[in-house]
Amino acid sequence: MQRPLSDLAWIPTFALLVAFAVPWPLWGVDRVVAGLPVWIWWHVGWLGLCAVLFSRFARSGAWERGMGLRPEADDDRCDGAVVGGGDRP
Amino acid sequence: MTLGLSLGVIVGYLLLALAVGLVAYRASETTAEDYYLASRSFGTVVLLFTTFATLLSAFTFFGGPNLAFAAGPEWLIVMGTLDGVLFAVLWYVIGYKQWLIGNRNGYVTLGEMLGDRFGSVGLRALVAGVSLLWLFPYVMLQQMGAGEALVGLTDGAVPYWGGAALITLFMILYVVLAGMRGVAWTDTIQGLFMLSVVWLAAAWVVSAVGGVGAATGAMLNARPDFGSFGGGTYSVGLIVSTAITIAFGVTMFPQINQRFFVAKSGETLKRSFALWPVLVLLLFVPAFMLGAWAAGMPVDVPEGANVLPVVLNEYTPAWFAALVIAGAMAAMMSSSDSMLLSGASYFTRDLYRPVINADASDRREAWIARVGVAAFALLAFAASLFRPGTLIEVGSTAFSGFALLALPVLCALYWDRTTRTGMIAGVLVPQVSYLAVVLSAVVGFVPTLPRTVLGGWDVALGLMVLSGVLTVAVSLLTVPTAESDASRFVVASD
Repeated sequence: MQRPLSDLAWIPTFALLVAFAVPWPLWGVDRVVAGLPVWIWWHVGWLGLCAVLFSRFARSGAWERGMGLRPEADDDRCDGAVVGGGDRP
Repeated sequence: MTLGLSLGVIVGYLLLALAVGLVAYRASETTAEDYYLASRSFGTVVLLFTTFATLLSAFTFFGGPNLAFAAGPEWLIVMGTLDGVLFAVLWYVIGYKQWLIGNRNGYVTLGEMLGDRFGSVGLRALVAGVSLLWLFPYVMLQQMGAGEALVGLTDGAVPYWGGAALITLFMILYVVLAGMRGVAWTDTIQGLFMLSVVWLAAAWVVSAVGGVGAATGAMLNARPDFGSFGGGTYSVGLIVSTAITIAFGVTMFPQINQRFFVAKSGETLKRSFALWPVLVLLLFVPAFMLGAWAAGMPVDVPEGANVLPVVLNEYTPAWFAALVIAGAMAAMMSSSDSMLLSGASYFTRDLYRPVINADASDRREAWIARVGVAAFALLAFAASLFRPGTLIEVGSTAFSGFALLALPVLCALYWDRTTRTGMIAGVLVPQVSYLAVVLSAVVGFVPTLPRTVLGGWDVALGLMVLSGVLTVAVSLLTVPTAESDASRFVVASD
């Protein structure tokens, strides 16, 4: 099982994403920007960033490799394959 | 008249949710796997919303805005970090791994999974027992939230116990009648509904007070300290320990943990994982900001009422306020019925069958589960009448209790060398210690042990560390028993 080195970079990435979802550098800052305290905007932007990086992680194959699986072996469809229809409840 | 309208909207909505559950029930098969796991068939939308709606409890809807109202909007950061980011990471680390293992070996509960891996009925029963113990205050929390919500909405015309009794009745009916498929279906509808009405409510209130800037301005005039990040209630210790204990606790909640077994495919889990931070923000920003903004509004929040219904009553028409509260109550009901349903499966599969009566028929097991649910909900209702703390306090206690299970489970999932004795020590010692801390506050004749130390650090965080250290240390000192089988948790494809 080959695990590219780039997969390991996800570990510190996740740690950073969790740690700075709290706007520590803005501790005690009370500026209001666009109607809300600026640290709320930090948080909103940060969670947006998390969503983008989470989705890259899930699509890169690192998701499966992290559990010792081959990216295609586990799922009911291949990575990146175009499948119409979406979800069925 | 207004009172009649409000109550009509609420009861009508709860009945509608029940009707959906019944339709789903008719689509069910009568097997235990279908009753508890809907035959492991959930797609992304349903999985996402059923997990989401389960988090949509009184803790989020009423406790969160109440805390933001009293102490400032930082609660948004705490909850956003723990639910949106840390929980998402754990969703992968614990959830995906459990899904792989569960799919391979057909597990339905956490206790079953661990009991099988370590060849130990005792461990299985211990995990189930601990889970049921902490489930109790969380079910109680929903009843407290419903009671307080109706007090706020009706200005006290409906007494606290009336609201609590109403939701208890519906949650019992719901679980007994519908099962997991019904719960999941209504969760999806309610999740979408709540997301929409919370935004509508925020827009309505904000436009009534003159826009976001004006709402924030009024809030800062009344409470200048709300503008700066941190300080007051929100110490570093509180932020870090709350975020960690709740996020780990959530993964061990029976109703959340069981959802790790229900995904149709790994793809479903992946998509839910990536959408999670966005969904969390969409809910928390309007809900908690409404609470914080209320600090600058000319509203009078009665003692023992929740701030959100009071604000809605002030700025939106009665029918809309009632609709939001109905939605929140329905969401609480869907949290509670998920909890009760998972609790029932823990009780019957991990305690009743292995320990008490191994030869029980399926019919008998199903009957025991439903009676158990009713008894559990009624006991929690009785306890909720004493109102032992605020919504946030009661909720945090339950989360911390569950969080103490997380590190031993992580050891079991990822470390072959974990032994049965290590698991039992890692679960039992911190649980007993934490229970002593919690009970010392309730029982009159013993000195109350501190819940937080050094300015806001939760003792549960220390006990979490202890649970991890004990599991590892005792595992290293003992040898795996003959019955344990580490290969049960192997998922590698080569």
